[in-house]
Amino acid sequence: MIRFGIAMLGLVAMTGAIAVHQPATAGSDNPRIAASAHLYDTYCAQCHGVQRNGKGVNTVGLSVQPRDHSDTAGMSSLPRDQMIKAISEGGGAVNKSALMPSWSAVLSKEQIEDMADYLIYVCKCDTAQ
Amino acid sequence: MKGSLILAASAGVVLLAFAIRPTAVDAQAAGSELASQCASCHALTKPAEVTVDRLWTRKGPDLWYAGDKFNKEWLVAWLQKPTVIRPGGVLWFKHAKPGEPRDTIDTAAVEKHPAVDAETATKLADQLMLLKSGGLVTEGAFKPESANAAMGKLAFSKLRGCIACHQSAAGTGGLSGPELYDAGQRLRADYVIAYMKDPQQFDPHIWMPTLTLSEPDLQRITGYVMSLGKEDK
Repeated sequence: MIRFGIAMLGLVAMTGAIAVHQPATAGSDNPRIAASAHLYDTYCAQCHGVQRNGKGVNTVGLSVQPRDHSDTAGMSSLPRDQMIKAISEGGGAVNKSALMPSWSAVLSKEQIEDMADYLIYVCKCDTAQ
Repeated sequence: MKGSLILAASAGVVLLAFAIRPTAVDAQAAGSELASQCASCHALTKPAEVTVDRLWTRKGPDLWYAGDKFNKEWLVAWLQKPTVIRPGGVLWFKHAKPGEPRDTIDTAAVEKHPAVDAETATKLADQLMLLKSGGLVTEGAFKPESANAAMGKLAFSKLRGCIACHQSAAGTGGLSGPELYDAGQRLRADYVIAYMKDPQQFDPHIWMPTLTLSEPDLQRITGYVMSLGKEDK
């Protein structure tokens, strides 16, 4: 058992050296949620925050603060197609801040649709009253 | 069980390999250092396979288009006395910490670049300047005569939001992109305009979005970026 423990410790350390943060996928076994969480970490979290709360490292000088994706009440009023349009075409396309850029050159149509589902998962809007 | 021990030992060796970084490069070996030292962290040729995960595992920014990107004089000086260009590290997320009123960067964890002596720096810079983008950067694309740096500053800082990710002065701006307050010394104008126009040409997965900027915006923002770090700005 001790040897097995040492082996596991080595593996965990290796994994930890590559991925510092765990993706925000707690409670989900859905691989599309996990894939979207990884893309969120790569592209969205810089402004929307590592905890999806709109408090990313880049918000220091922003005149308009990014949306808090963990806000169930605030996000519940946002239709899925509006999320897709905002991610695809940028904030200006949905009468929001132009500081939210278009991601259609980076993410595929399917990835953007999955991201909208992920946002609904993050804000717990699918379980909200 | 022996297998487990070997696995654990191997994992330890891999971790040590990641942890040990050179602190200085031998001047006499500079001819081969670009391949042997720099290539351990930087892509010196265009990667055959580009993925999101490559961005998470690479240890340094790509240099396969360094000759189109950098000014040689800046390279020679910087290699001898490296400073932090990317305040969030090679991949900002790895050093980001949740916090109030906003997430922060664990600056102590940001990777440090090894320094080399003057002779090595010159040799490395000479070799880096030979690395070209293969036509992604068009000579003469930036037209200094049509660039209005004052308008560019407005676009950079307000209208186009470049400052959300890039610092235009130390401590002013976002942390996920490279600082630009010495861009005028570091970068070539034709590279700046090419990268700003379509970052995904250089890496289809890079986290700088394509901003679909108009040609006048591209020119004026490039004019402003190139004024940063220059005494006569």
